[in-house]
Amino acid sequence: MDWFFTLSTAVKVVLSIVTLLTIVALASYAERRVSAIIQDRVGPNRVGVPLTLFGAKKDWAFFGLLQPLADGLKFILKEDFVPAHVKKFYFWLAPALTMIPALLTFAVIPFGSTMVVGEHTVPMVIANLNVGPLFILAISSLSVYGIVLAGWSSNSKYPFLGGVRSSSQMISYEISLGLSLVPVLMVFGELNLSKIVDYQNHNGWLLLPAWGEGLSVERWVLMIPMLISFLIFTISVFAETNRMPFDLPECETELVAGYHTEYSSMKFALFFMGEYAAMVVGSGIIVTLYLGGWSLPFGLLQNDEGSIWKSLAHVGCFLTKVVAWIIFFMWVRWTLPRFRYDQLMRLGWVWLFEIALANVFLTAVIIMIFRK
Amino acid sequence: MPEPLFYFFSLLTLIFGVGVVINRNPVASALCLVASFIGLAAIYVSLNAYFLGTIQVLVYAGAVMVLFLFIIMLMDIRAEERRKFNLVAVGGGMVLVIGFLAMFSSVVSGFKGGEQRLSQLPLDTTKSDVVEIGKTLFTDYTFHLQIVGVLLLVATVGVVVLSRREDRPSAPHEAP
Amino acid sequence: MATITVKRPKLSFVEKLYLPAIFKGLKITAGHAIRALKGSTPDKTMQYPEQKWDHELPEHYRGAPALVTDEHGRERCVSCQLCEFICPPRAITIIPGEIPANDQWAKVEKAPREFKIDMIRCIYCGMCEEVCPEQAIFLRKDYAITGTTRAEMVHDKTRLYEIGGVREGLVNKWNELK
Repeated sequence: MDWFFTLSTAVKVVLSIVTLLTIVALASYAERRVSAIIQDRVGPNRVGVPLTLFGAKKDWAFFGLLQPLADGLKFILKEDFVPAHVKKFYFWLAPALTMIPALLTFAVIPFGSTMVVGEHTVPMVIANLNVGPLFILAISSLSVYGIVLAGWSSNSKYPFLGGVRSSSQMISYEISLGLSLVPVLMVFGELNLSKIVDYQNHNGWLLLPAWGEGLSVERWVLMIPMLISFLIFTISVFAETNRMPFDLPECETELVAGYHTEYSSMKFALFFMGEYAAMVVGSGIIVTLYLGGWSLPFGLLQNDEGSIWKSLAHVGCFLTKVVAWIIFFMWVRWTLPRFRYDQLMRLGWVWLFEIALANVFLTAVIIMIFRK
Repeated sequence: MPEPLFYFFSLLTLIFGVGVVINRNPVASALCLVASFIGLAAIYVSLNAYFLGTIQVLVYAGAVMVLFLFIIMLMDIRAEERRKFNLVAVGGGMVLVIGFLAMFSSVVSGFKGGEQRLSQLPLDTTKSDVVEIGKTLFTDYTFHLQIVGVLLLVATVGVVVLSRREDRPSAPHEAP
Repeated sequence: MATITVKRPKLSFVEKLYLPAIFKGLKITAGHAIRALKGSTPDKTMQYPEQKWDHELPEHYRGAPALVTDEHGRERCVSCQLCEFICPPRAITIIPGEIPANDQWAKVEKAPREFKIDMIRCIYCGMCEEVCPEQAIFLRKDYAITGTTRAEMVHDKTRLYEIGGVREGLVNKWNELK
């Protein structure tokens, strides 16, 4: 293991965690601003740079973009209250267990084309695993522990109900999440996310096969199962990240705040950040698999010999797509009402599961016809 | 993989494995088992078996143990913690463990592959292990795979039959 | 009461898919968002510290309670302590005092030596105004009562008269002419 690999990996790890947490912080601001403009309100627009402290005449409001900083400060300074009736060890463990999986899954998502620095090449992915999608499914399936343990260790009824709901919901939707991925992997014939993105870069995105090999009849016919798979995957990601139409584990009209009712201060903030980090990573996976990852549409900037600037442009492209997806997540949240619990289970088991299963066969048949 | 990491993860696996047995609290036991599985997955990964490691986490830690935990949470844990030490059970368990260890050591001592180093074995690590496992499963072991599939189907049908409620012609009306 | 059985609407296949309805909903919210971004949404939100509602406050607005003096500059309060007794959160403390015999208003006999309202406790209910036989205490239109310490939030007599000011007319039973 040479020093350059170690150093570049360390830099990538630090930078991606910093970026991820920044996006999480800004997402918590964007959530309120998006909800505000959808509901004809204004939203947080105050917290900016307090120039008056340094003798200026007016503060610079900066669209309230520094709101997350103020929130973070508030969370740190608040009293970290642990109720007497909780099971202490698990109560402390749970917030960490929700945050860590979300950060871990980011390791296998490629966020840019390979960068050439001098005579070295730096792949813009932290761990270039050959089982990328499986790794993501495996680690994200661990995130349920945080919620279940939070609900159980709080030792009171609303958190407990939230935890039970969450575990059954996440197990149910993991099935359709995994099954909807199978057709995609069949089309690519590959489990390495970097290679998947590279293929899409040269041969058209999965949902936009408009250049390279993508202009074949096969790819356009395959659009039908791919769209179905995309739809199911997106819905399942919504359910896995406990986002709005499916946020039953913390549905405030029935369960106060669900599994994090008893939490306060920074421990609550960890749950909050974990939810948003999961959302960022979910968007990242959707973008990587269906929308070409870091590649630009219509084969722009696709040739391989890469300068640093081109690689950075690709990183920017990836971030743009991810941010667009996060805004879509919020748009959906402020549009749709919450599902009832039985509707949620019916949708997961009766509809999504069956359709995903049929979709596998449909894809197999189409591939067999065209590649005979 | 560097040797210290191997010993670290082995130790982790073993410690949490012991934790499963000696914890009186079922939730603690279940979590210990999860941690033990993750240590095992790390050892798989260290042997370049990424697929196996990932599946270990995905299936056991991510799905099976969540269901376990789900059931345990609904149980009365206090009753379990109050339960008395059963001497006969402990003795029986000891006998089982000794028997298993004897069998295990006889099998392991007969296995000569362990004397070689992994790096010297004629393994092609450039091939994707997913592809290799898939090929083996669907060519050499197709029949076994089908059998397992049927077994799971039977189990699923059985669960549906057991859990289906008897259709009553009309539910008794409660007074308004 | 007769029971009316409402028939559930029969949904067509497209309606049962829910997706068209979801897209319709997304379109509506997107429309609102685009209008807001273009700035064509009616500006309903008031930017509080810069824009205030003060001139639109109704006459009966219940803000901070305050003491008033009459047209002769006399304290109306005769420290009967009815407000102290009625006050639901017990925010009012009165220390009654005697008006000396050589005073112009000696026949009133009593005036508050100290009158404190703890604005942290006050719930702006207006009971004190209601109960006052002398019409000496009124809820004014001040609503932004802030302070950096608890002590600062207790309004004493001078502060209360400062907020209250003068009220003319009303009760005239202590008038010299009568």
